[in-house]
Amino acid sequence: MSRLSIITKGIIKENPTFVLVLGMCPTLGTTTSAINGMGMGLATTFVLILSNVVISLVAGLIPAKVRIPSYIVIIASFVTLLQLLMQAFLPSLYETLGLFIPLIVVNCIVLGRAEAFANKNNALDSALDGIGIGLGFTLSLTIIGLVRELLGNLSIFDMKIFNGDGALAFVLAPGAFIVLGYLMVLFRKLTERMK
Amino acid sequence: MEILIIVISAVFVNNILLSQFLGICPFLGVSNKVSTALGMSAAVMFVMALSTMVTYLLQHYVLVPLGIEYMQTISFILVIAALVQMVEIVLKKISPALYQALGIFLPLITTNCAVLGVAIMVVTKEFTFGSEAHILNMGESVVYALASAFGFGLAMVIFAGIREQLEIVGVPASFKGIPIALITAGILAMAFMGFSGLV
Repeated sequence: MSRLSIITKGIIKENPTFVLVLGMCPTLGTTTSAINGMGMGLATTFVLILSNVVISLVAGLIPAKVRIPSYIVIIASFVTLLQLLMQAFLPSLYETLGLFIPLIVVNCIVLGRAEAFANKNNALDSALDGIGIGLGFTLSLTIIGLVRELLGNLSIFDMKIFNGDGALAFVLAPGAFIVLGYLMVLFRKLTERMK
Repeated sequence: MEILIIVISAVFVNNILLSQFLGICPFLGVSNKVSTALGMSAAVMFVMALSTMVTYLLQHYVLVPLGIEYMQTISFILVIAALVQMVEIVLKKISPALYQALGIFLPLITTNCAVLGVAIMVVTKEFTFGSEAHILNMGESVVYALASAFGFGLAMVIFAGIREQLEIVGVPASFKGIPIALITAGILAMAFMGFSGLV
């Protein structure tokens, strides 16, 4: 597999949100606006790249039986690092994303990539894989956030596009499920057409 | 009285699945049949109450006195993972029947974000039940965890019932599977929003 295809496969072919349907909790819970979705995506990407690199380096040293708990400890360390960094430099985003930042630990995408890719490949490829999957995740979350923000608040990236009030339901819980459902259908249709 | 408000709030108003988006993976993954949904919910309820109790003690008697609250994420997930393992071993020994019923769901629960989510929520978030905002005490925390798990079960079982019916209807090909499940969940979430004035 070429280096470039490792990055690009995460965006369409193995898109974590629309194709693999992983990490649904932050996908639904944080995409109330495009900015929040993007912030959550980038935070996950940060953890994903670092944990992928470290796991690919130490994979040979860990006995197979205790590998999952060890991976969780490695991932949790980077999540703690991220929490401290965000508290220091992005306190308002940290406040908005709230519970979903510590919950990156149990995000199946991160553990999934460790198990499916990082423990079999070298550090550079694993970093690229982290970038690719992270980018795919960030892109999906930003798109969902964009749609919900546009329908719910009539704005994009906090800029008002139309005057008046949107359909508030799209910012609230039901909108998350419905927008993601329809976007998934759209994604399926588009990828079918490309084939 | 306050306990009643906690229960109603956790089960209906702030339903863990439909309004807080925790534990969506099992919600979409194992809700094809009512019977599996029931088994999963029972396992979650059991583990959630136990882990909330243990992490509550850990937070207030270890992390806070030592001033290492930043270790919360790491220590909580380790405790929950170890606890799930232990529950599995103990159940296998003392109640094979229960193990048969819950066994296959237990390993899945470690990565169920609802369990870690509730454990973190009860020790960090200030709740306003009744008079003023306060951090929950241990009894309230466990009640909150049990009620959350019950809300999880309620939403799971309703959703599984709907999905069993959906199997029979002709759904357009591109909606099959997860998309139609998500849209159904959206409508269900809308129904649960009707409870929002309750507490």
